Amino acid sequence: MLELLRQPWPWYTSGAVIALVMVLLLFFGKSFGVSSNLRTICAACGAGKNVAFFDFNWRSQVWNLLFIVGAILGGVIASQFLSTGEAVQISPATIEDLNQLGISAPAGMQPAELFSLEALFTVKGFLILLLGGFAIGFGARYAGGCTSGHAISGLSNLQLPSLIAVVGFFIGGLFTTFVLLPLFF
Amino acid sequence: MKGLKFILAGILFGIVMSKSEAISWFRIQEMFRFQSFHMYGIIGTAVVLGTLATFLIKKYKLRDYQGNPIVFTPKEKAVSRYLIGGIIFGLGWALTGACPGPMFVNIGHGYWAIVLAIGGAIAGTYTYGVIKDRLPH
Repeated sequence: MLELLRQPWPWYTSGAVIALVMVLLLFFGKSFGVSSNLRTICAACGAGKNVAFFDFNWRSQVWNLLFIVGAILGGVIASQFLSTGEAVQISPATIEDLNQLGISAPAGMQPAELFSLEALFTVKGFLILLLGGFAIGFGARYAGGCTSGHAISGLSNLQLPSLIAVVGFFIGGLFTTFVLLPLFF
Repeated sequence: MKGLKFILAGILFGIVMSKSEAISWFRIQEMFRFQSFHMYGIIGTAVVLGTLATFLIKKYKLRDYQGNPIVFTPKEKAVSRYLIGGIIFGLGWALTGACPGPMFVNIGHGYWAIVLAIGGAIAGTYTYGVIKDRLPH
């Protein structure tokens, strides 16, 4: 059983568990959406004193902060006890495309060219993660949600605004993939 | 402890994000290059089952564990905020290969560089809060 769990899971089991997490949170009286935690963190740090957007009762959102604490623990459990340590099995076509950008084939979950501490202390590596993160935080709040809030919760509730947001996610993602990344690398 | 169930739900989420490799920059690149069905399968399955669950919750007016009705708040009708905000989000998603959930899961894997992206995301959220009234919504 443990051996089975240690293999990478097929996409359908993963999709099913994500739907289960969404339903669990609904039955806990909450809704699934991770990016709102970023606003909660700003508010908890006192941003509400200067900016009205952060002036709300952030303590009502502590449950969601606990959810991301769990997500971190889930990452620890998966990497320490449920992993074979093998590289991500992406398609050969992607490996070839990324090779042309100078990114080597996967050795683990993440490319060393972006996520190693050596990469982090280069100007390029530093800016990619900082600006990428900035766009994620700014864009998610502007759009009122991220992948969990719009693509999973919103689409499941047949919300047209969420579909528009997801189309936007893809326009931005395709632009980065085919225009920005070749410029950076 | 009231908060424990949220931590457990988060653990389940963190494990499934890891085991489905959805936290991997490589998988996100593969998705945006349309070179594998993997990520579409994950999101597609979650949405199909999520839609069914949402439908059933509404149809049978199911209640949460405290007996309160489960309510779904409709998203406000607009286009520009979802499209522009979504595009900006997508730019960052493909750059870092992580959306807000997987960012935190990556910490658990010891990819400490992602902390910089999380810091950027908090700064981006703060910046939005400061200038939101000057943006088209």
